[in-house]
Amino acid sequence: MTDVAPAPFRNEKALKRLKKRRAADTRFRLYGLSAIAFALAALSLLLVSILSQAISAATYHVVRYDVVLDPAVIAPAGKDKPADVARNIDGFYELLRSNLLQTFPDAQGNRLATRQLGDLVTRLAVLPVAKAVAANPTQIGQELTVKVPLNDDLDLYLKGAVSPEARVKLGAVEQGSETATGQVRLSGPNAFKGLQSLIATQRAEVGDAADARSILVTSGTATGRVVSLSADNLEMDLLAGSASDFQGTRPLARIIALPEAQRNVSDKQIAWTLALKDMGRISRVPHTSLLTNTDSTYPELAGALAAIVGSLLTMLVTGFIAIPVGIFASVYLEEFAPRNRLTEIIEVNINNLAAVPSIVFGLLGAAVFLGFFGLPRSAPLVGGLVLALLTLPTIIIASRAALKSVPPSIRAAALAVGASRMQSVFHHVLPVAGPGIFTGAILGMARALGETAPLLLIGMVAFVADVPSGPTDESTALPVLVYSWATHAERAWEPMTAAVIVILLMFLITMNGIVVFLRRRFERRW
Amino acid sequence: MVQQLGHLPMGWLMLALLAMLASGGFFVGRVQAERFNGAAGSVRIHSRPNYHGYYVAMWTFVPALIVALAYAMLGEGIVRSLLAGELPANFRNMPSVELEVYLDSIARAAFDHGYGGADRVFSAIANRFLELQGMVKASAIGLALASAAFGFFLARRKVAPGFRARTRVEGGIELFLFLCAAIAIATTVGIVASLLYESLRFFSEVPFWDFLFGTRWNAQTSAEFGALPLFYGTFMIALIAMLIAAPVGLFAAIYLSEYAGPTVRAWVKPVLEVLAGIPTVVYGFFALLVVAPAIRSVAVWINTTLISAGITAEPLLAAQPTSALAAGLVMGIMVIPFVSSLSDDVINAVPQTLRDAAYAMGATKSETVKHVVLPAALPGIIASLLLAVSRAIGETMIVVMAAGQRARISPDPTADLTTITVQIVALLTGETEFDSPKTLSAFALGLVLFVITLFFNLIALRVVQKYREKYD
Repeated sequence: MTDVAPAPFRNEKALKRLKKRRAADTRFRLYGLSAIAFALAALSLLLVSILSQAISAATYHVVRYDVVLDPAVIAPAGKDKPADVARNIDGFYELLRSNLLQTFPDAQGNRLATRQLGDLVTRLAVLPVAKAVAANPTQIGQELTVKVPLNDDLDLYLKGAVSPEARVKLGAVEQGSETATGQVRLSGPNAFKGLQSLIATQRAEVGDAADARSILVTSGTATGRVVSLSADNLEMDLLAGSASDFQGTRPLARIIALPEAQRNVSDKQIAWTLALKDMGRISRVPHTSLLTNTDSTYPELAGALAAIVGSLLTMLVTGFIAIPVGIFASVYLEEFAPRNRLTEIIEVNINNLAAVPSIVFGLLGAAVFLGFFGLPRSAPLVGGLVLALLTLPTIIIASRAALKSVPPSIRAAALAVGASRMQSVFHHVLPVAGPGIFTGAILGMARALGETAPLLLIGMVAFVADVPSGPTDESTALPVLVYSWATHAERAWEPMTAAVIVILLMFLITMNGIVVFLRRRFERRW
Repeated sequence: MVQQLGHLPMGWLMLALLAMLASGGFFVGRVQAERFNGAAGSVRIHSRPNYHGYYVAMWTFVPALIVALAYAMLGEGIVRSLLAGELPANFRNMPSVELEVYLDSIARAAFDHGYGGADRVFSAIANRFLELQGMVKASAIGLALASAAFGFFLARRKVAPGFRARTRVEGGIELFLFLCAAIAIATTVGIVASLLYESLRFFSEVPFWDFLFGTRWNAQTSAEFGALPLFYGTFMIALIAMLIAAPVGLFAAIYLSEYAGPTVRAWVKPVLEVLAGIPTVVYGFFALLVVAPAIRSVAVWINTTLISAGITAEPLLAAQPTSALAAGLVMGIMVIPFVSSLSDDVINAVPQTLRDAAYAMGATKSETVKHVVLPAALPGIIASLLLAVSRAIGETMIVVMAAGQRARISPDPTADLTTITVQIVALLTGETEFDSPKTLSAFALGLVLFVITLFFNLIALRVVQKYREKYD
């Protein structure tokens, strides 16, 4: 047996080990930090990507035009009742189109150009004008200034969302003249050098693909598409305006990266839009129609009003059922239930229900409410019922927690002065637990407001063009609108969807804000 | 006249009437009891006069309400069977499904206030429908009033000084409270019954084992109901989600409970919970708008680099516009708070003495966490992970928007896979008849989903309960 001398604590090996252990500790801490950083980064990426999209939908472009409400067009004999006028979209659209044709006479006689010009504004966009005129028939025959939303693709173009675009200011153009082949030649010493070098750099980047790009040269209301150029001369096809418009000006050249064939907007339409903008007839205004219009197949005409009302109706039904039933159920379970098998089963049941996937509740709604009871499809009534069943467990669990936090002394005091159990609960315990129960109820409602899947299964995804007037009307809801707009193919729906998401999140933030306020104001520690 | 009754908005009218009757009953009962009370105080009454009032009101209101509810549920059916009984023989010989459809159209026409169509027989039947409806309605109102009156008189006779009205009223209220709590059970029963019923109808047409282990799913067009690809897709996406959520959620919980100061905790915890409060359709949009295109371009880049490096001849990854990876990734982000917040709770519940003992032995903080805190909190952590898995499996909107529709078994995460929930939505949106195997298969899928999530939930809840008992 040899005596083992206790190893000195600070020998080299121990120190080395300690260093290693400390490093492991720091690493571990870093893992935790990076996990939190990841979650926060994901959240901010989510919010930023949605907000940045939504901001571009906060405003949109409208076209202004002056029009004489010719009764022969909008209220021909036999179709001059207000109801007919309100429906006469063709007539009102004809007025708009002839106004545009007057503005751009070049398009006259050319069917393709006429159609493209008409496409600056969607036909249905004149419907509100028709309705307004029908409501006030004395306007017929008078002159009127009207604003209608610009086609969504051109709106996107003006917002810079269609294609990347490089711009360069050209030198002074001394002369603009028409050539024998019907093109326009601009000339000025060294006027086009900047454009030439821009094209050269683009060619260096993308190679021959640069040839397919449109180069538009704009001065005031006139725009042409470049065919060939040198440092001093430029030849182009005229798209809008006339050759003389360029004389003595410094035009702006823009190179649109996406070739014309791959865009929904043609070069001509861009030229017209730019001209209208230069005339001051296109302006960017707040997108209020997003809140006042109902759904539409055209993005620039669509709004979320029907969905907002539908969501409110659904929440009304949900709240009227889930909140009282939830409170009563929690009062029973917390205050009256005898401890036996049945109540135990109920309890396990409620905890389980809280974790059942929401889509299963949708199946329940489809089978029982629609199939068995024969309630109407797509109705806020059914949606509200399904969501009530869905939120009930959440509300019960929250209310029970609130009831549990009421100290037993309050019950004891009430019983001691001769109150019955029922009286002690309803007169003393419930009022004290009120704020807690209320916050739980709001949180449950907030969850219900964002719920989508069960509503899809009971048909609330249908296209609804009218604002629902009651809980049995066909309707949709905000989150379902998000879903259906997000799955549309057209690009313009993306910012619109983001904007609806922002509306939805605002509702949720308000509800959660109320919860935070109530907690701050009424939270009591016993 | 009777036809006019058929158009009556029954529900509100009935409720208003009953409420009026009930308040009348309340006053009658109360006044009667007050009379005892006022009789020179000679008799001591057991309950306050108000309770006598409530008692009478209760007996006026409840039986009539039951009649009204019964009418609301059965009324239409009674009218239909009466009408079907009166129809000429050639109608009665129709197959029952066709008869139902015909009666539906009759009811709709009758509802549109005076059907003005050309078909004489049809409009005559529609009018008769209205008549019958009016009669049934009138008799329902009569029955409700009669039972209200019956209850009222019965209860009034009971009002006496020694009558324990309060006890009775409170008993009634307690019964009502119990019924509210029982709605939770009714919901579960409803879910199980409807899923089972529709699924059994489905399995009478499609063999159970073919459904569970078949590898070809093509419910929309042809009748191929092998759900294995759906289970695979669900599993794959949930796995990807958990690969994100488990480490991130767990480390976040550890950091928050063991390392972070109170201020960091007070800020970070609610922000993490914001992730749980965002509607899943918003995550779906995020996946569709940002994540799926990003993953696709990364996959395309990998493909081109591999090909140009000469490692593969053909594109290795599918690089679809919607992919399992996109859906899984976003779902992982969504599930993080479910892992972190429950794990945080259980880690906090580990007694401080355990940590102190470890520190006293010279352990560093991370060693304490790894060797003492985590093993002690393990059951709770497992429960939180199980709950998160069940969330991921049952999540619908993210996968509907970002996972795709193609049922296949592919190990490639950039390929589009489909899941149980996606198929349920696809099968039940659009026009649906309730009898085709296509619709019924959605319920069979729902049953599978319900059973799987129930399994995970039950284990998790069990574990949590056991764990709470251990340290409380």
